[in-house]
Amino acid sequence: MMISVNGLYKQFGAIEVLKGIDMTVEKGKVVVIIGPSGSGKTTLLRCLNVLEKPTKGKIKIGEKKLDFDNPVGQKDIHAFRRLTGMVFQNYQLFPHMTAIENVMEGPITVKKEDKASARQKAMLLLEKVGLADKANHYPFELSGGQQQRVGIARALAMEPEVMLFDEPTSALDPELVGEVLKVMKDLANEGMTMIVVTHEMRFAKEAADEIIFMDQGMIVERGTPQQLFTQPKEERTKQFLQLIQ
Amino acid sequence: MVKMYLNNIVIDPERMERLTTIAKSSLLPLLKGALYNTIPLTLLSFAFGLLLAVLTALARISGVKLFEVVARVYVSAIRGTPLLVQLFIIFYGLPNLGVTIDPFPAAVIGFSLNVGAYASEIIRAAILSVPKGQWEAAYSLGMNYVQALKRIVFPQAARVSVPPLSNTFISLVKDTSLASLILVAEMFRKAQEIASTNYEFLLLYTEAALIYWVICFVLSIVQDRIEKRLNRYIAR
Ligand SMILES: Nc1ncnc2c1ncn2[C@@H]1O[C@H](COP(=O)(O)OP(=O)(O)OP(=O)(O)O)[C@@H](O)[C@H]1O
Ligand SMILES: [Mg+2]
Repeated sequence: MMISVNGLYKQFGAIEVLKGIDMTVEKGKVVVIIGPSGSGKTTLLRCLNVLEKPTKGKIKIGEKKLDFDNPVGQKDIHAFRRLTGMVFQNYQLFPHMTAIENVMEGPITVKKEDKASARQKAMLLLEKVGLADKANHYPFELSGGQQQRVGIARALAMEPEVMLFDEPTSALDPELVGEVLKVMKDLANEGMTMIVVTHEMRFAKEAADEIIFMDQGMIVERGTPQQLFTQPKEERTKQFLQLIQ
Repeated sequence: MVKMYLNNIVIDPERMERLTTIAKSSLLPLLKGALYNTIPLTLLSFAFGLLLAVLTALARISGVKLFEVVARVYVSAIRGTPLLVQLFIIFYGLPNLGVTIDPFPAAVIGFSLNVGAYASEIIRAAILSVPKGQWEAAYSLGMNYVQALKRIVFPQAARVSVPPLSNTFISLVKDTSLASLILVAEMFRKAQEIASTNYEFLLLYTEAALIYWVICFVLSIVQDRIEKRLNRYIAR
């Protein structure tokens, strides 16, 4: 099992946002998380790379394990984070660096790779996301779709075990959504393990191995796209699917 | 008064010649004062001050109560008291505790503390102006606090803080004239010394003022260059 999450809770002050999440993801699988606004999808992703520290529970990625029932050291958190690549809704490229410098940054600063080899690899990644010709452009010179593809390349440069996407296309103009989804589908086809929060139901149907429906901090139902979209078992899932279709 | 003085110059060619001679002969000592004292004093104080400012700014946003309080008290004390009084305490006051510091290092200490306090507010605001998402993007690549600060946050904060820090720097150049009062042989003290022998106060103080002006003018050109360079990644 690539990823397993056990009894994960997250509380902000008095509000309990995640109420005991259990899930597993096998290597090379694509899991799409759907659910109404405020159901905790973003918080779950942010807990998986420990941008938010879970209140309790266990997360295991590959061989590495964090147990939040006990105090967790900062060093362990930094090491754990390198196992995941995060793609943000609003890209969060580093504005003072060109596209290729954004992609090289992690390998150079964190992995201490030498510049020349980092640049070579970064160029390959930019080619992969179709942006080799924009390598020396600053983020402000790129469209939203192009920025997000650089964001994906930047995360891939750290060679993560799993890629996390938080609504990667929801800040984009409709005509730019396709180019980002295509890159994500290519990744899925190459066997990348992915957890994707999205409202793009077509992507979910075409690319997901499993759909997870979350509501009010809990996983309500999970299944293949076929099962979940055509014969949902839970009432809440049915209601949600009606609402978005 | 001004008119009389001007009249004097125009009317009396001998006096005119005397003034020209003094102006010429005092230029070198003044420039030496600038080169050996004003400029080193400014550069050293700004460098130490900036270091102190960064540490103070980080303490202010550290979330550690003790650090925050220490930083706050320091900034408040420096901003709430006159620079001249601070210099006098360090140079004339500390000897009463048995701590005697030479004029130049005493001035460096005083000005550094001053720059540290004022610049820390600028740097704090600049760091806070970098969106939280930038920290998170850095962390998500596996960076630690220091790496995120150095590689991602500082470069962006620098762009915001260069204009106000340049103002601090230019003020510092001018403020170093106060060091004359704690016996640092900087440019203005040189002017005072020369004027006290020949009583040409207007001439010498104006000459010193012009040199300050030239220095500050050059600095503002440098500032412009730096700003342009740091703004190259911003949409225009
Ligand atoms: N830092 C925080 N402090 C306090 N409450 C928070 C914080 N982050 C999230 N929450 C709350 O947690 C709940 C879940 O938020 P989350 O962003 O995970 O939902 P989501 O499923 O991603 O929603 P959306 O579809 O709108 O993005 C919300 O009620 C939100 O207000
Ligand atoms: Mg969200």
